[in-house]
Amino acid sequence: MKTRILLVDDEEEFVQALSERLKIRDYDVTTSLTGEDAIEKVKHYNFDVVILDVLMPRMDGIEALKKIKRIKPLTEVIMLTGNATVETAIEGMKLGANDYLMKPCETEDLVLKINRAYDKKTEHEDRIREAKVKEIMSSPRAALKE
Amino acid sequence: MGFNWEIVGKGGLQFFGTISASISHDIKNVLAVLNENAGLIEDLVLMAEKGASFNHERVKSLASSIKKQIQRADRIAKNMNRFAHSVDESLSNIDVCDTLELIVALSGRLADMRGVKLEPLYTTERIHITTNHFLLENLLWRCLDFAMTAVMEEKTVGIIVEKIEKGVQIKFTKLEGLIEGRTNRFPSEQENELIRALEAKIETDSRTGIIILKLPEKIGS
Repeated sequence: MKTRILLVDDEEEFVQALSERLKIRDYDVTTSLTGEDAIEKVKHYNFDVVILDVLMPRMDGIEALKKIKRIKPLTEVIMLTGNATVETAIEGMKLGANDYLMKPCETEDLVLKINRAYDKKTEHEDRIREAKVKEIMSSPRAALKE
Repeated sequence: MGFNWEIVGKGGLQFFGTISASISHDIKNVLAVLNENAGLIEDLVLMAEKGASFNHERVKSLASSIKKQIQRADRIAKNMNRFAHSVDESLSNIDVCDTLELIVALSGRLADMRGVKLEPLYTTERIHITTNHFLLENLLWRCLDFAMTAVMEEKTVGIIVEKIEKGVQIKFTKLEGLIEGRTNRFPSEQENELIRALEAKIETDSRTGIIILKLPEKIGS
């Protein structure tokens, strides 16, 4: 299955070109131009990785990150920043972002980070699945009751 | 009229830093679009070399987008240059509408971030005053910064320039927040020092939601 990506940035032409480039690289890409729209999409679809701009009108990337992590804790988030400082990106990582990238970014760096984030998410999901199986094996009656 | 240079200088430096950071952010955004557009052209060429059909229309639209971004970068650089040169002289004869236009352009990102629309209405006649250009920019920026926090449902700051006897007045309108009683923190110490330095006056009308900045034709006369 293709990695499902949500690309969130208020620069429409940037979003359009980058999403096309990621689709060429065989990713399943959805786009959002605002934090609010991204949150709605995260509520309704399961994305593996969200690429999120730090500075956006009204709802900024940090606020959007907090909401995404609350709605879908396993979805991995990569922060995109146009600033020369890494402070906001570091704040994002403290709040659960997987990684960050500075704009303009090298596509190969982005692809590498997306794949790493995807691997981390699937590994996490596998561990949850294994734990559930163990729980069922150790107490099948309790699992049946559930 | 005396004013505290230490406060004005410190605030001015902060203002210069804030504007420079905002400009660098805008430039980075332009570079990011150019980078992805160039990368996409490269991808399309590589795909065509491998036998896929070449999408001429898409490449044309990418070229047009690149041109548009270059024009955008040119505007940013021109504004940056005008802003940088405003510190050249301590006293100069300036066009008030030009200066306001520059500050509105430089405030664009901040306004977007706050979801606020700036609606300037300039006079058709040119109004010139002799003042400290940089300090005036700083005061206009601070007025706009406050005005953006004083908007309510409409989320719009109206800006009107008017010639008055022996000077000019700039009105910041549609500030419904003033009516709600948020005026106590404006003007602050920083703004008051700038007002003194520019021999200006600020009137806050909490009944109509308007801030009026009055500037003399010439300071030090």
